[in-house]
Amino acid sequence: MEWLFVKQWSPYVVGIGIGVLSWFAFLLSDKPIGVSTAFSRTSGMIEKLFRGKITTEKAYYKKFPPTIDWEWMLMVGILAGAFLSAEFSDSFRIAWVPTKWGSTFGDSPALRWIVSLAGGIIIGMGARWAGGCTSGHGISGTLQLAVSSWLAAAAFFAGGIITAIFLFQVL
Amino acid sequence: MLKTLHQSKGIQLAIGFFLGVVFGFLLQKGGVTQYNIIIGQLLLTDFTVLKIMLSAVVTGMIGIHLLRMAGMVALHPKSGSIGSSLVGGLIFGVGFGILGYCPGTMVGAVGEGSLDVLFGGIPGMLIGTGLFAKFYPVLEKKILNVGYFGEVTFPQLLKVNQWWVIVPTVIGISVLLFAIEMSGF
Repeated sequence: MEWLFVKQWSPYVVGIGIGVLSWFAFLLSDKPIGVSTAFSRTSGMIEKLFRGKITTEKAYYKKFPPTIDWEWMLMVGILAGAFLSAEFSDSFRIAWVPTKWGSTFGDSPALRWIVSLAGGIIIGMGARWAGGCTSGHGISGTLQLAVSSWLAAAAFFAGGIITAIFLFQVL
Repeated sequence: MLKTLHQSKGIQLAIGFFLGVVFGFLLQKGGVTQYNIIIGQLLLTDFTVLKIMLSAVVTGMIGIHLLRMAGMVALHPKSGSIGSSLVGGLIFGVGFGILGYCPGTMVGAVGEGSLDVLFGGIPGMLIGTGLFAKFYPVLEKKILNVGYFGEVTFPQLLKVNQWWVIVPTVIGISVLLFAIEMSGF
């Protein structure tokens, strides 16, 4: 069982593992693995706490009701699974600033926080705009050979590469 | 039997959670819950993300299509359009580059102790999806359906048997991964 406690696995082992996991998601739940709809539902649940019925009457929440579903539980599972894995290899670390960010932009938690918040807002909008994220389109959609997913995944990386290179090498 | 399983709501929530635990465990073990590795991919200095994604796609693609031939699973391709998949994808990419995580790895990063994600990326993502829901009626009218092509897959588009697409795709991905390994990444 020692393999459960090592810090990092070969990317190919992990990739094949995720591929096999996708078989089980289709088989047992008739669903492709995805994450971003769960964020959308959570956002709706929080808004509903403050604004009540107005929220659930929005066209988007009629399509994706703000309730706990399979994908929402998958999201909670990811949190638990990543925590377990990190604990097993003693890699759980409370940190405000990732080292690669810090070595270029400094160790200010405030700057990193503002940038993360902004990045989160943009990626959240983009994920719902495109109808999926790196999991839903990037893995589950491309493996089904969906045209929408190959196009979205190419755009994710094209946009990401240009933005990251601009941030790190131009700014 | 699978149909009954698909319809039992409580069991489905438990399965979702369990699959999530395995997914989160794999993401963390792969290192893709770390900012350094994801941003390294976007800066083209570290190819871990691509290696994981492409080997997942190859494994998943072969398995799902075999299971489909056996009548055990159904495909659920998402519908798409230029205005949604391409434009939304590029917006996503800009956020991806700024944040250095994507939605799934973001959740995993919190499980590993990253506070910039817990207090920045996650609330941001909730605000972003909320804003999208707010502007959805306008966006749907003006842009999301521009260049609509629907829930089509490549085998349907090319009007060929699925394996005519799967086999070349698997070979192409394998050659690409081999080239990445050979060039020392």
